[in-house]
Amino acid sequence: MNKFLSTSIGRKVIMAITGFFLITFLLVHLGINLSLFWGKEAFNGASEFMATNGVIQVMQYVLAAGFIMHILLGIRLELKNRASRSVKYVMNKPSENASLASRNMIITGILVLLFLILHLKDFFVQLKFNAKGGFDTDYDLVTALFKSPLYTALYVLAFVLLGIHLSHGFQSAFQSTGANYNKFKACIKNTGIAFSILIAVGFSSIALYFFFI
Amino acid sequence: MDFTLKIWRQENANAQGSMKEYKVTDIDADTSFLEMLDVLNQQLVDKNEDVISFDNDCREGVCGTCSLYINGEAHGPKKLVTTCQLYMRSFTDGQTIYVEPFRANAFPIVKDLVVDRSAFDRIQQAGGYTSFNTGSAPEANNILIPKEAAAEAFDAAECIGCGACVATCKNSSAMLFVSAKVSQFAYLPQGQVEAAERVMNMVAQMDAEGFGNCTNTGACEVECPKGISLENITRMNREFLKATLVPK
Repeated sequence: MNKFLSTSIGRKVIMAITGFFLITFLLVHLGINLSLFWGKEAFNGASEFMATNGVIQVMQYVLAAGFIMHILLGIRLELKNRASRSVKYVMNKPSENASLASRNMIITGILVLLFLILHLKDFFVQLKFNAKGGFDTDYDLVTALFKSPLYTALYVLAFVLLGIHLSHGFQSAFQSTGANYNKFKACIKNTGIAFSILIAVGFSSIALYFFFI
Repeated sequence: MDFTLKIWRQENANAQGSMKEYKVTDIDADTSFLEMLDVLNQQLVDKNEDVISFDNDCREGVCGTCSLYINGEAHGPKKLVTTCQLYMRSFTDGQTIYVEPFRANAFPIVKDLVVDRSAFDRIQQAGGYTSFNTGSAPEANNILIPKEAAAEAFDAAECIGCGACVATCKNSSAMLFVSAKVSQFAYLPQGQVEAAERVMNMVAQMDAEGFGNCTNTGACEVECPKGISLENITRMNREFLKATLVPK
C-alpha cells in the first residue's frame, strides 16, 4: 500500500476513490435537505434519523477521513505540479486545449473548503454541540440562517463553485481509475455535467426558496 | 510575408535566459517554420552573431526531434502537425510570433530552444520493450492478433516522443507519452508476459524524472501532433491497477 501511495497514479486513484465517496455523500445530503420542502416535521424527522442511526454515526468518521484525504492529496498534487515547471511560458494559451474547470480544480476546491468550514461552524457544530444554537428544532435553525442575505449569497456561490469542481471531478475520477472506457466516455461526461447541475441547482434552490418566502 | 519574432535566448543550461526580438522580411508563405528560422540564422551568421539553436532532424513530421512552443502552443497553432510541418501561411503578415522552448523541469534547457528530452529515453529503457530470443524470423501467423487490437496498438505506437504533451500540460505530466508506450504493448499478446513489470517500472521512472501528475485536463491530447488519444492514459491507469492489485 505504501508503494502504491508513493506513485503518481496510486495517489490519483485515492483522489478518485475519495471523490466518488464525496459524490455519494453529496447525494445523501441533498436528499435530506430536499425534505425541507416537505415542511418542518419531515426535515426534523430526517435530521433525527441522521443524528441517531448507527450506520450514519460510523460513516461520519469515514466521511471526515475521506474529506481530509481528498483535501491533503489535492494540495500535495497541486504543489508537486507547480514545482514541475519552475520557469513559466512568456506566452501561453491554456484555454485553447483545456476547460476552465479542469485548470482550476485547486481554486474551486479551496473556495469550497472555506465554505465547508463556515458551514460546519453554522450548522454542524450548532446542531451537534451547541443545543441547536438556541432554536427549538433543527428546522428553525436552518430556515433562520437562510434569512440572511449574505449567508444565502455565499451559500449559492459555494454550490456554483462546487458544481464547476464536479463538472471536471466526476469524469476525472472515472479516468483516474481506468473506468473511462471509450464506449462509456460520452455517457460519463454527460452524467457528470447533469450531476454537477443537480448539486448546484438542488442545494441553491433550497437556500433561495427559504430566503424569499 | 514579414514577421516580428520574440525568441528565447539562453547561453547554456545555467545561464539566465530572456526573450530577444528579431525581424524577418520577405518570407514565402510556403516556407516551413524551421526554414524561416534558417533564414533568420543566415542573417545572424552574416552579421557575425551567435545563431539560434533549435532541434530538428527529419523535417517531415516523423522523428519527433523538433519541438518549440509557438505563440503559446506546442508545435504552434495548427493541430496534428509538428513544428517542421508548420508553414508560415498559418500566420498572418506582420504578426508577432513568440518562440519558446518546451518548458518542464524534467526537460532542462541545453541552449536557446534546445531541451534535453533524454528523460523519455530512460522511461522507455525502464520497460518499453519485449524480451524474446532473436533468431530466425518466426512464422508470421503463429500468434493471431485481432484487427482491432493491431489497429489500437499501431495508433499508440504512432507517438514520436516529441514531448509536446509535457510542454502543453499545466502540470508538465508525461502521462500521454508513457501511456502510449505502455499501450502499444498492452494491446498485443506479445506484450502480456512483462505487462505488470512494464507499467510499474515505467511509471516509477516517470515519477523519478520529476514530471508532474496528471489531472486529466486533456490538453495533451489536443496538442499532440500525432493525435495520441487520452484512451491510452485510461488504459495505463487500468494496467497499473491490475499490476498492483492482482497477485502474480
